[in-house]
Amino acid sequence: MSFDWGVIADNWKFLIVQGFLGFGAFGGGTLRLAIPAIVLGFFLGILIGVCRLSNRPWVHYPAVVYVEFFRGVPLVMVIFWFWFLIPQITGQRLPEYAVALTAFVVFEAAYLGEIVRAGIQSVPRGQIEAATAGGLTYPQMMVHVILPQAIRNMIPSLVTQFIVLFKDTSLASIIGMMDLTKAAQTVSQREIRPFEMFLFIAVVYWLCTYSMSRLSRRLEARMTPERAPTKRAALRAATRAAA
Amino acid sequence: MPLFGFFGIQYDFQWSVLWTGERGQWLVQGILTTVRLSLISWLIASTLGIVSGALRTVPWKPLRLLAAAYVEFFRNVPLLVWLFFWYFGVPQVLPRAGQDWLNHHGPEFWSAVAGLSVYHGARMSEVIRAGIQSIPKTLLEASVATGLSVFQAYRLIVVPIALRLIVPPATNESLNLLKNSSLALTIGVAELTFMTRQIETYTAKAFEALTAGTLIYLALCLGIASIMGRVEQRFRIPGLIARAGRAEH
Repeated sequence: MSFDWGVIADNWKFLIVQGFLGFGAFGGGTLRLAIPAIVLGFFLGILIGVCRLSNRPWVHYPAVVYVEFFRGVPLVMVIFWFWFLIPQITGQRLPEYAVALTAFVVFEAAYLGEIVRAGIQSVPRGQIEAATAGGLTYPQMMVHVILPQAIRNMIPSLVTQFIVLFKDTSLASIIGMMDLTKAAQTVSQREIRPFEMFLFIAVVYWLCTYSMSRLSRRLEARMTPERAPTKRAALRAATRAAA
Repeated sequence: MPLFGFFGIQYDFQWSVLWTGERGQWLVQGILTTVRLSLISWLIASTLGIVSGALRTVPWKPLRLLAAAYVEFFRNVPLLVWLFFWYFGVPQVLPRAGQDWLNHHGPEFWSAVAGLSVYHGARMSEVIRAGIQSIPKTLLEASVATGLSVFQAYRLIVVPIALRLIVPPATNESLNLLKNSSLALTIGVAELTFMTRQIETYTAKAFEALTAGTLIYLALCLGIASIMGRVEQRFRIPGLIARAGRAEH
């Protein structure tokens, strides 16, 4: 048993620039897939979460079925569905990147929708009554009063889900999209150094997800000063009071 | 199919491809492999989760740090990467005897078991830890005061109570394990998703094959969820409303 870590130094450009960032002849890329998937999935998730809370049955039940269906099926299955369905519907083969992005947005929106629903439900009822009394329409109330407060409550679970989504992007390699995992597979087949290769990308993924969770903790502390005052904020408040 | 008609697609449905010839057997074998893989991995993952989850709360720092390192490293890396690591990477560093054992017992299956158990053990650990932390610390102190050792207090008092509190999030996590077992197809384990793909390859009937696979997963998940709903009722601690932290996804 001997290790050859030089294999990482030799291939880092392909792994990071092509596989992780997505710049190169193969397209794809872990980050180039993850960022739009998170943004679009979040917006679809808001829509589904709001629909699920609607009083109208023809809005409410489709959202319930959507969430329950996608939460009961493995993501791999959903990716294969889109891999098969998109060419059938559009009549042409789309690049793997487009298929993967669609599958991720549709799938993750089910989970994000549940988080949005819980977040909205955590906003005190009085806020709705006050907004209605103030003469706001339902969409105005949602956009200007409820959602801003709900999103603040959702941040911890939201970031957890974003981390899950980020890790899930590795599944795009199954349909052949060139992401970090696929790049590592390609290199390890050529160099026959799977142990070093996969441990290396494990560390790369870990660095990203761990810094995301650290960032969320800081964000949370900053956005909820009245609940969890940081030392510095408390100090600032005290100085202001003294002056 | 109204959906297909709407999009103006010509598709010739042949549902019989799912059960004619040996294909019916493929599906059954796929289900059995998925269940076996998930069950073995679930048992190991639960053990790892309970031990490491409990260790994260013990009053001795080195053990807490060790458990935290395990959890934070394994659960923050994609399962797919772990599967490739265990299947392609680990045999490279195993001693000769270990490699021989693997080759005789099916390296795909046991690498998948290793990957799923270690990854989900780390995730389960978070659920257990949340359960233990939701119990007042005085319970442990009281147990120790009556003369139990810390180990006995955990084994006899703290962990059993925590397990009763965490049935819903633990169910959620177990279903994730079942769904994630589908990733084993990437290293060649002939589980349900693998068999679905195989039917598709042999018959070119993707719609039927995918529908069968999807419905079977839905049925498994809904079935387990309803059983666990009963278990939750049965083991509920009377007088408690609050539940331990729920894990997402």
